Amino acid sequence: MESKPLSPHLQIYRPQLTSVLSISHRASGIFLGTAGLLALVVWLGSIALGPSQYEMTMSFLRHPLMLPLLLLWTGAFYYHLSNGIRHLFWDMGVGFELSTAYRSGYAVIGSTIALTSATWIYAFFEVIVEVIG
Amino acid sequence: MRILNFLGLSILKGALGHWWHQRLTAICIIPLSLWFMASLVSHLRSDHETVVTWISSPFVSILMVFLVCGIFYHAKLGVQVVIEDYVHTRRSKSFLLIALNTGALAGALAGVLSIFSVTFGII
Repeated sequence: MESKPLSPHLQIYRPQLTSVLSISHRASGIFLGTAGLLALVVWLGSIALGPSQYEMTMSFLRHPLMLPLLLLWTGAFYYHLSNGIRHLFWDMGVGFELSTAYRSGYAVIGSTIALTSATWIYAFFEVIVEVIG
Repeated sequence: MRILNFLGLSILKGALGHWWHQRLTAICIIPLSLWFMASLVSHLRSDHETVVTWISSPFVSILMVFLVCGIFYHAKLGVQVVIEDYVHTRRSKSFLLIALNTGALAGALAGVLSIFSVTFGII
């Protein structure tokens, strides 16, 4: 029997930058589109419900245990945004060469780290300024 | 015809329409979501009154409605592809797609109605 080509078996498929970034785009999209949007609606709803509900939501979001989740959320947001722009370039037929795909992949990682750090540094100073007065 | 296709306004059906709508919503929510993230961080320590005043301005409330609609539609289209790719039994696929459509519609409605009620002072 002639052997037919198989799609890659993920268990034995050596992860490469390009494949890891590709699956991360979906993973971050699902995370943002479910938990992220739930949080957005809860936040908007709590503003509509009034001051006490808003304060309750904000103190829940400010809880130290929420910090990793918020960090993950900002990271996923900037990653999906950066890699989404990379996808839009591919859709226009730009950047398909393997070397370019690797370079744009590193650029996506760089911009994700830079934008996430910038956001958290800004948020940190915002809070510090408030505390110091 | 081509420009209509480009704008996603033609009678695009099925996969092609889905593909275009995904891209068009993506382009719309790039600036909107960046603006929202910046606003969110600058309102970290704001009290309820300040946030209500912020959202109530016509400019902000309109942008927020665009953001909520665009982002929910984009998320619905994206998660739909994932379900279609990975869920193979007909029953669970139908169930998940119905749940997705209902959830996305309900979420977008809840978001838009919240913005409206804040803007028009129905608190």
